[in-house]
Amino acid sequence: MIEVLDAGALLTVQDLGRPGYAHLGVSRSGAADALAAVRANTLVGNQATDAVLETTLTGAVLRFTDAATVALTGTAGPAFVGDVPAPMNRPVRLGAGQVLEIAPPERGLRTYVAVRGGIDVPAVLTSRSTDTLSGIGPAPLQPGDRLSIGESTPASATLFDAGGTPVPEVTDPGTVLALKALAGPRADWIHEAHAVADHTYTVTAESNRVGMRVDGPALEWARTEELASEGVVAGAIQVPPSGLPVFFLADHPTTGGYPVIGVLTDEAVALAAQCAPGQRVRIDLRDA
Amino acid sequence: MTVTMHQVGEHAVLLDLSPLDHSGDEFAVATEGRAVPMPNLVASLWERLMAARESGTFTATDVVPAARTILVDGVSADDARSIGAVVDDWESTGFARAAMGLSEADVPVIEIPVTFDGPDLATVAELWGTSTHGVAEIMRDADLRVAFCGFAPGFAYMSGIGAERAVPRRTSPRSRVPVGAVGLAGEYTGIYPRSSPGGWQLLGTARDATLWDIARPNPALLVPGTRVRLVS
Repeated sequence: MIEVLDAGALLTVQDLGRPGYAHLGVSRSGAADALAAVRANTLVGNQATDAVLETTLTGAVLRFTDAATVALTGTAGPAFVGDVPAPMNRPVRLGAGQVLEIAPPERGLRTYVAVRGGIDVPAVLTSRSTDTLSGIGPAPLQPGDRLSIGESTPASATLFDAGGTPVPEVTDPGTVLALKALAGPRADWIHEAHAVADHTYTVTAESNRVGMRVDGPALEWARTEELASEGVVAGAIQVPPSGLPVFFLADHPTTGGYPVIGVLTDEAVALAAQCAPGQRVRIDLRDA
Repeated sequence: MTVTMHQVGEHAVLLDLSPLDHSGDEFAVATEGRAVPMPNLVASLWERLMAARESGTFTATDVVPAARTILVDGVSADDARSIGAVVDDWESTGFARAAMGLSEADVPVIEIPVTFDGPDLATVAELWGTSTHGVAEIMRDADLRVAFCGFAPGFAYMSGIGAERAVPRRTSPRSRVPVGAVGLAGEYTGIYPRSSPGGWQLLGTARDATLWDIARPNPALLVPGTRVRLVS
């Protein structure tokens, strides 16, 4: 079992989400930084789809009642087992009763904790992910919650598969992070949409698993009519009437009524999921 | 093709049917001059795409209908080409017939008992130039059909009252709309699957319908294409 001693700002169970239900109004959800979640699973010999823990901003403190093999990915750390620093991006063996502390990260926002065997909570619509928008899946974790660990999936699976998914490096908050995007279906709804690439935005504290919100130069709508709601994807850069772009993340609504001027690449979605408030970003917009 | 296909990021395409609103002679010939409501066109193409995916013409994780568009997510460049071919075929071999045939009797109808006791009945009656009883009668007579879902799991946007009866959303949304509330926004009818904030004009209450139940094999009662009748 894993006992939650401190859940930080938000601690959730996540896997790769529940694709296939968007036409019923159910978002895919899943790990906000899916590349980091897959890497964490790879490091402990899990399936890519096994459930992991996702911490937010302030980290978490977890006690393991039994010996376990874990891996931490996504942020630059630090983390500690007792008072010993625990490495990021490597399998770490914990003894029974040991406490893993994930401290507020020096760089990045969301640390992923994979445990060999996976986090074992009931799947809802094929996924163990907490969808913070629709309330589907396990509730966000609270101090005192206890989680079971699953059976190790294929026993032959090896630890530390170094050939796993590449994970983009989390940048220094002092620099401007370029987020690659392809021009979106409604770029023509915004006056000089391509000029957005010249602006620098600052990530605000209103960001969450639904979307990354930013402050900076407002974009101007080129049209006055309303856009009928249409399906949107994770990574969509939507421009509401305020003119400040919203970058949709894992728990985005399935449809949206504001123009999408660009869509982040998968790698850029992973990077956006690691942008803490104050991070400066720009959009590296290319033709679709 | 008349339907526009937009690339959406690395692995999705958006099919936009809006040009069919103004596509002139070719469209008029195909539809024998009759106006086909947009929700019927979207529903017809969505059904064609779902069938094509089922038969292996392309793979996709999600096919998401909306008011005037269909998003197909989880597709490769090859899949996108196959989807383009499905759309071309739909346009050239009788999309009009498919759109006309939507209300044929082979689609089962779900009857949902509704009490017309909503706080916005009088507002809607005034907009429609009828009485509150008249509103209830119009709603009971309407052949509703789920055009798409969104806003919340199991929240269905049902077409069928017609564009001429479209009503605006409330200027200030309610902070809490009760579960089962039946409302109107634009030309759509909706039923709240759970209590939430909302800006729809509320006409009544569907007390006995469970619109969303995660424990059911099919959690949503109303999926795209479902025909619905509101009964007393």
